[in-house]
Amino acid sequence: MSLELKNVEKKVGLDTHIYRTNLKLQKNTINILLGSTLAGKTTLMQIMAGLDKPTSGEIWFNNENVTGMKVQKRNVSMVYQQFINYPNFTVYDNIASPLKITGVSSDETKLRVGKVAELLKLSGMLNKKPNELSGGQQQRTALARALVKDSDLILLDEPLANLDFKLREELREELPKLFENRDCIVVYATTEPSEALLLGGNTATLQEGKIIQYGKTLDTYNKPNSLVSAQVFSDPPMNIAKIKKSGDQCSFLQNNIQWKTKINIKDGEYKVGIRPHNITTYKEGNNTLEIKGKVLISEISGSESLIHFTNGNLNWVSLSNGVFQKNVGDEMNLYMNTDEFVYFDQNERLVSNG
Amino acid sequence: MNKTVNQKAWFFVIPVFVLVAFNAIIPLMTVVNYAFQETFGNNVFMWEGTRWFKQIMLSERFHASLGRQFLFTFIILFIQIPLGIAIALTMPKEGIGVPVCLVLMSMPLLIPWNVVGAMWNIFALPDIGFLGHSLNALGFDYNFTQQIGDAWFTTILMDVWHWTSLVVLLSYAGLRSIQPAYYQAAEIDGASRWAVFTKIELPKMKKVLTIAILLRFMDSFMIYTEPFVLTGGGPGNATAFLSIDLVKMALGQFDLGPAAAMSLIYFFIVLLVCWVFYTLMMRNEEKS
Repeated sequence: MSLELKNVEKKVGLDTHIYRTNLKLQKNTINILLGSTLAGKTTLMQIMAGLDKPTSGEIWFNNENVTGMKVQKRNVSMVYQQFINYPNFTVYDNIASPLKITGVSSDETKLRVGKVAELLKLSGMLNKKPNELSGGQQQRTALARALVKDSDLILLDEPLANLDFKLREELREELPKLFENRDCIVVYATTEPSEALLLGGNTATLQEGKIIQYGKTLDTYNKPNSLVSAQVFSDPPMNIAKIKKSGDQCSFLQNNIQWKTKINIKDGEYKVGIRPHNITTYKEGNNTLEIKGKVLISEISGSESLIHFTNGNLNWVSLSNGVFQKNVGDEMNLYMNTDEFVYFDQNERLVSNG
Repeated sequence: MNKTVNQKAWFFVIPVFVLVAFNAIIPLMTVVNYAFQETFGNNVFMWEGTRWFKQIMLSERFHASLGRQFLFTFIILFIQIPLGIAIALTMPKEGIGVPVCLVLMSMPLLIPWNVVGAMWNIFALPDIGFLGHSLNALGFDYNFTQQIGDAWFTTILMDVWHWTSLVVLLSYAGLRSIQPAYYQAAEIDGASRWAVFTKIELPKMKKVLTIAILLRFMDSFMIYTEPFVLTGGGPGNATAFLSIDLVKMALGQFDLGPAAAMSLIYFFIVLLVCWVFYTLMMRNEEKS
């Protein structure tokens, strides 16, 4: 089983929504489309599902050309950001609705709905209407509807985006389990890098209608092929600075901080990407490089603390473990892990990752 | 926690109270005043208790006009609501057609009531009106000034022409507010067009349709100007709906007492029907 996009392109009027795309998704995989709003995630999913036709190019499923085939014949299911359920149906009828239309017997329907309801912790509320449920339960119902019919392709379009923090965390942890041992291809769109890392599988980074990189999620994270891909896969945004390399010495162009490097690239000017969690307020290991900073903003996010600071004429973001606050305007020392630096050439292509 | 008590806050309510008193309570109380008394002018009143109410409740004339009123309202709701939804469903969803349709749809709503009545009166005249003349030329024996059926037909047609747009606009707004994802989900399920209508569109339009039905009920139940100009309540009393009958009694015959009692009964019927209808429709909506 595989889903393949061949030279798919989507234009609306003069705007190109999806630039020429080739992508092959294998069975039993979770594939994450990672990108900001308007990157083209939803359009790409609708093309995959058959809800929207590409302007040019073909979609192949199991070695069969399914371009233009109606979505009803494709055995796909989709979960949306909004909680889409039939408003007048009970939870049970909502979950059973995809089965009714395909003519599954009532005994089997009962069995399958019961099973999937149990998996999604909806067993106690099968007789309720969607508007009597919390947002989290409504989305669980929508997820159950998508899972009950054993689709070949399950598309999830930012399913957690409309949930509040607690419910999102809760459901996010259950998601990988839901797709285990399913004979299908899962496509999951999200704007959050942390969600991609949690789900694993494969990740495609998207920006402005282009797939920048596709590969195993960890590989895409650790070896971004370009600065753009690294930016998409970094939250808070990656710090970028220009550097000069000569021999085994590297230095930032804007200050004179130097460090030794073992990377094997030609001497010259490069850009370096530093993820915020590789700049901390404490020394870590023995590869720590000191940088002086003036605090701009200090904020706490969960059990981590973000410090925005300036050095030279650049703004930097650091992410440290622990909850603490610094006064705005304070001068302080921060420490960078040079092993985790990612080097890009002048065209912003990857040259070395540490 | 200790709450402080300060009854002076009630003073803030005074302006609203005064305003409502002048524009609603005082005029209503004068009607109540007439309803329980007999007057021969010169500000001389005599207490009559519930006499006028009993008289109206037992009056065959009132029963007849109330019956006509319910029949009329029922017929126009029965036509306008489905017709309005049907038109809203066929209206364009994007492009230049949207503003064009919306403006065309709003036109009848912008015409003053008595103009509508006069327009339709002339339009339907059997000798010179386009509608009346055409129907007669086609072989129908049509004369709305003399035949009861024709008078009803014309009044209903006029009301449908004038007010269906309101239902269309409300339904259209309701339809537009349904997220496209619902239609996609239905498409993925392979739901039929009819299923999409009954399982998604109708439930999603429920609130806006409740408002449409309420507005159309109230307006049509209190209809006065258009039939007054079109038929004057005739032929005979055939199209004398409650308001027309009430004005005849109050200003034509100057029976102020019974007319005041009738106004109050009329008012309570409207209030009661609206309340019952709204409560029934919204019964399950509060939980969410």
